[in-house]
Amino acid sequence: MKALLATVRRDILLALRRKSEVLTAVFFFVIVTSLFPLGIGPEPVLLKKIAPGILWVAALLSTLLGLPRLFAADHLDGTLEQMALSPSPLGLLVAGKIVAHWLLCGLPLVLLAPVLGLQFDLDASALGILTLALLLGTPLLSLIGAIGAALTLGVRGGGVLLALLVLPLYIPALIFGAGAVEAHIAGLDVGGHLSLLAAMLALAAFFAPWATTAALRVALE
Amino acid sequence: MLTVSGLACSRGERRLFANVGFALGSGEWLHVQGANGAGKTSLMRLLVGLSPADAGEIRWRGEPTPSVDFRREMIYLGHHAAVKEDLTPLENLRLSAALDGVALDERTALAALIRLGLRGREDLPVRVLSAGQKRRVLLARLLTRPAILWVLDEAFNALDVGAVKLLGDLIAEHLAAGGMAVLTSHQPLPVPGGKALVL
Amino acid sequence: MGDHGRFKGCIGVSQSLIQWFRYASPQSFYPLAGRMIPWFWAAAAVFGVAGLWISFFVAPTDAQQGEGYRIIFVHVPASWMSMFIYLVMAFWAALGLALNTRVSGMMAQALAPTGALMAALSLWTGAFWGKPMWGAWWVWDARLTSELILFFLYLGFMALQAAIDDPRRADKAGAILALVGVVNIPIIYFSVKWWNTLHQGSTINLTKAPSMAQTMLWGMLLMALAFWMYSIAVALTRVRAIILERERHTEWVKHALE
Repeated sequence: MKALLATVRRDILLALRRKSEVLTAVFFFVIVTSLFPLGIGPEPVLLKKIAPGILWVAALLSTLLGLPRLFAADHLDGTLEQMALSPSPLGLLVAGKIVAHWLLCGLPLVLLAPVLGLQFDLDASALGILTLALLLGTPLLSLIGAIGAALTLGVRGGGVLLALLVLPLYIPALIFGAGAVEAHIAGLDVGGHLSLLAAMLALAAFFAPWATTAALRVALE
Repeated sequence: MLTVSGLACSRGERRLFANVGFALGSGEWLHVQGANGAGKTSLMRLLVGLSPADAGEIRWRGEPTPSVDFRREMIYLGHHAAVKEDLTPLENLRLSAALDGVALDERTALAALIRLGLRGREDLPVRVLSAGQKRRVLLARLLTRPAILWVLDEAFNALDVGAVKLLGDLIAEHLAAGGMAVLTSHQPLPVPGGKALVL
Repeated sequence: MGDHGRFKGCIGVSQSLIQWFRYASPQSFYPLAGRMIPWFWAAAAVFGVAGLWISFFVAPTDAQQGEGYRIIFVHVPASWMSMFIYLVMAFWAALGLALNTRVSGMMAQALAPTGALMAALSLWTGAFWGKPMWGAWWVWDARLTSELILFFLYLGFMALQAAIDDPRRADKAGAILALVGVVNIPIIYFSVKWWNTLHQGSTINLTKAPSMAQTMLWGMLLMALAFWMYSIAVALTRVRAIILERERHTEWVKHALE
């Protein structure tokens, strides 16, 4: 457990030394969501209707933006090799890296989403559901994304390939995440959506670090 | 303590080596020699458990590797710098110790850096150091991470005369204290004794 | 005496195990596959001709959908195969990871293009069926959407294998991806279905098609068997090609090609 926390601390420290990389993904989120009204028109009723989908797709894409870096830098400078040989289980270190990725790439999106939701005329309770859904959904995106990042590590055209591998797997998160907000706006109960998101998160938290570790060991061979 | 038998390895279609075997006991070291592409690095990666062997087995204290004991008692330094450019040498040492779950206080870390001739550099980002100095930061881990078996791949590369002698001394001290080492290099090494393995 | 008998039994079991594992090596699997392929082609041809004959000439015209419904004789078997092949692929992948047998990875690699073809065929025929029935080439129906996602999963698997140069690493990485995919497929299917019912209350449903005539069922069954045999024949042919490519430096391949 200590090793997990140490990895989280290490990755956050490294990211703070290179703030621009984290900020790029966040700005991307802001810009993409702001582009939609420009492309579709400022009709408030329509914007309100498509807001959950737009915010979720944008969150998905911004998470994707940070994924190739998750293991690539450590792979290049050889620190990943050292992690694989460390007395601490590699699975724990990998879990730490995924937590750090969420804190750096996922949490900012969760915090920004309510502000961006205002652009789409969402009311306070809808913003609350949106934030809650993203809070459950973005860790799921980091967990699934880590598998893809490990599989495409050091592979030709890794970034595009990563998107091809990971985006289909993101679909359930997108459906239930955006669905929760839509259901709330339509006056339906959102408990089902949120508990399914939570269930998928629990499943991914159990399996994803394991699959990621296996993929990393293959990549290091 | 370290026994290797019948080890075979191929890269793609090419058989690099087969039937490699040796045993290493307390205070002994092995010099792995061979031309470029003979498979020295492949043997090292096999030995530490980064890649699987085609055949053969590696035992540490009689147990097949990679066991938890083996990971704890072995340190491997390869071609890579394995240091973070954005962190200072001190942070690098302390963070890798934390990841390995090894206790390391600041005094020990500083002493290791000073021994490696990095006095006054401990708070600069590694990015501004020279290639040889980066190598020294990595080598400082030999002093901060207690291990019995040192597996060093081309560790003498990019080092100046002083550092070559220093590393030679470190290895000699380690062996005198009952440690073991497996080293690769094309040149003769400044460490006395040692078994030779030619690939 | 009893000990002796048990001893002999042990040898028998281990010999049959060895017999079985012998085919896990590319060298012995290659000729075995070569002998099996013509049979599967023949079976595919027989079932295919019979199935097409029943589905085009014997099966009655559908009261609601007219002649256009006959495309489901291709569409439904293709959809079944596309899903089934992914399962088989994941099975071989898991076997390869667990037992480190080389042929398993090659099987998974050989099956993927056929699976993708089936998914594409299912989407294509689905669109052709949808145009006269629904009045649109594409409808965001739960089945069509899931099939599309399955198609993406196949593409991802093939792209990952193609991008990795070392065949062993490609096999292992592909195996992990296939296993992740197989865990996700039910989740994806369920979520797409949920999404679909939430959004349009599902007006059209294939399963609620008016009770199928007995001959239609037979036609579908024969076509499914034909697709099955075709898939096996093609996968075995492809696996032979992969074996030759990967083992081209070995003596037995040079010998076999003479």
